Amino acid sequence: MSALVIKNLKKTYRNKLTALKGINLHINQGDFFALLGPNGAGKSTAIGIICGLVNKTSGTIEVFGHDIDTATNVAKSCIGIVPQEINFSQFETCLSIVLNQGGYYGIHRKVAMQRAEKYLVKLGLWDKRHEYSRDLSGGMKRRLMIARALIHEPKMLILDEPTAGVDVELRRSTWRFLIDINQQGTTIVLTTHYLEEAESLCKNIAIIDKGEIVKDTSMKQLLSNLNKETFIFDLIEPIKTLPELTGFKAKLIDFSTIEIEIKRENNINALFKILSSHGINVCSMRNKSNRLEELFLNLLDNNSKTD
Amino acid sequence: MYKNSLIPFITIVIKEVCRFMRIWVQTILPPAISMALYFVIFGSLIGPRIGTMNGFDYIDYIAPGIIMMSIINNAYGNVVSSFFGAKFQRHIEEMLVAPIPNFVILAGYVTGGVVRGFLVGAVVAIVALFFTDLKLHSLSIMIVVVFMTSIVFSLAGLINAIFAEKFDDISIIPTFVLTPLIYLGGVFYSINLLPAFWQTVSAFNPILYVVNAFRYGMLGESDINITHAFIMLLVFSIVLFGISLQLLNKGVGIKS
Repeated sequence: MSALVIKNLKKTYRNKLTALKGINLHINQGDFFALLGPNGAGKSTAIGIICGLVNKTSGTIEVFGHDIDTATNVAKSCIGIVPQEINFSQFETCLSIVLNQGGYYGIHRKVAMQRAEKYLVKLGLWDKRHEYSRDLSGGMKRRLMIARALIHEPKMLILDEPTAGVDVELRRSTWRFLIDINQQGTTIVLTTHYLEEAESLCKNIAIIDKGEIVKDTSMKQLLSNLNKETFIFDLIEPIKTLPELTGFKAKLIDFSTIEIEIKRENNINALFKILSSHGINVCSMRNKSNRLEELFLNLLDNNSKTD
Repeated sequence: MYKNSLIPFITIVIKEVCRFMRIWVQTILPPAISMALYFVIFGSLIGPRIGTMNGFDYIDYIAPGIIMMSIINNAYGNVVSSFFGAKFQRHIEEMLVAPIPNFVILAGYVTGGVVRGFLVGAVVAIVALFFTDLKLHSLSIMIVVVFMTSIVFSLAGLINAIFAEKFDDISIIPTFVLTPLIYLGGVFYSINLLPAFWQTVSAFNPILYVVNAFRYGMLGESDINITHAFIMLLVFSIVLFGISLQLLNKGVGIKS
């Protein structure tokens, strides 16, 4: 079953800025979907329209088969949203924020209290439940928004950069939590600037740029398109000059570090043989950048050239 | 209906009441103090020199208007500040993403304003008892007038908040429109004292009907026909409700 179907969605703001130029998107139930794009690409506009925070100019959206125009309330019940900006009252406690959200979704107070405890415990906020939301750290505020978005146990959770500004440990625990609820059947749509996050979590991906979807495919398929990767090699003994490495594009970063571009058709064993023949011994190697990041930048670069 | 309307409605009302009770020093106490000053200055000090107004001691004559003045200001102020605050902090989005019909959001905020109107009205009435014996001509008329007035001015506050983009915008209307209308709405005088032309102009002031209807409930005396006053309140309620709902449905001021 389709969790989200977007057809020819367009949005032009009153200041004539066209944020979406007719995007189409199909997300299946149970998916862990990444929507990536640079700042101002239209991600937040698209999410805002899906959730009822932004009026669309034209196009249709169906959430689990419910049209957001004709079955608005049923469609809204299927969605939980974690926005990019903090959007809860700074003068309320964590518990009351979550409970009130339950009330807005028509959930009886007793049930809402049970769920609030469940999610605040899972997200490590139960001890903070009586504290004012303004007193929480940045990471805690983001997790509070996740707990709030789950109070009505939606079929689809949309997270707009949920780990922005969150430290590594909290980010990893948030990932584990999201993987857990996805495995329990919740469809997840994620926008993020951390491409490592998208690569680690998501099964499918769409890349949006200048209001258009420039790629919509599976993560595996997208990564298989990567025809070259850049690796950093740390050397055991330093070298003064870099010898010719036939068939490879290489440069010396410093006396103990070499950067080598390896194409898909290259044999990595051959590279090691060449290095050995020059008396160069490698102690470790790593990707220069995240694989998805290289693809992402290539796609955006190509999109700019076609304009 | 219960799930989609009543629970969200109760949630909004409880949240609104908790909000103004949490800051009672800013919401409940100031009207009690400022209205006490009105009773001291206009009632006890200047009032005896004025004598009677339409056959009543001056302090008794102005008491209904002073109570209504606090109800109007607080019903309006509650909704305008709460709704604009929700817009400003963006937690209005909590309601916009939820499956709540717009009329429920509207009813929730207005009920919050009505509750504060009644509460402040009761506090000011208690303060008035320290200065004079309040008369009760018709308790039911008084309650209905307070209820309808609170609705009208809560709705007006909501419309102000919908259009407001900065904090200045929520103080301009109360300062430059509401306050002059209150002072010229027969709180401190009978419009029979005015020349014919200004009596006609006063007839366009909605607060004149509110104050006189409430005065009728307390004293059994009014410058205008009580039925006429109720019709005006009803018309204002319906028109402002329709405008507010239409604005929410279109997402004016709250959606891009």
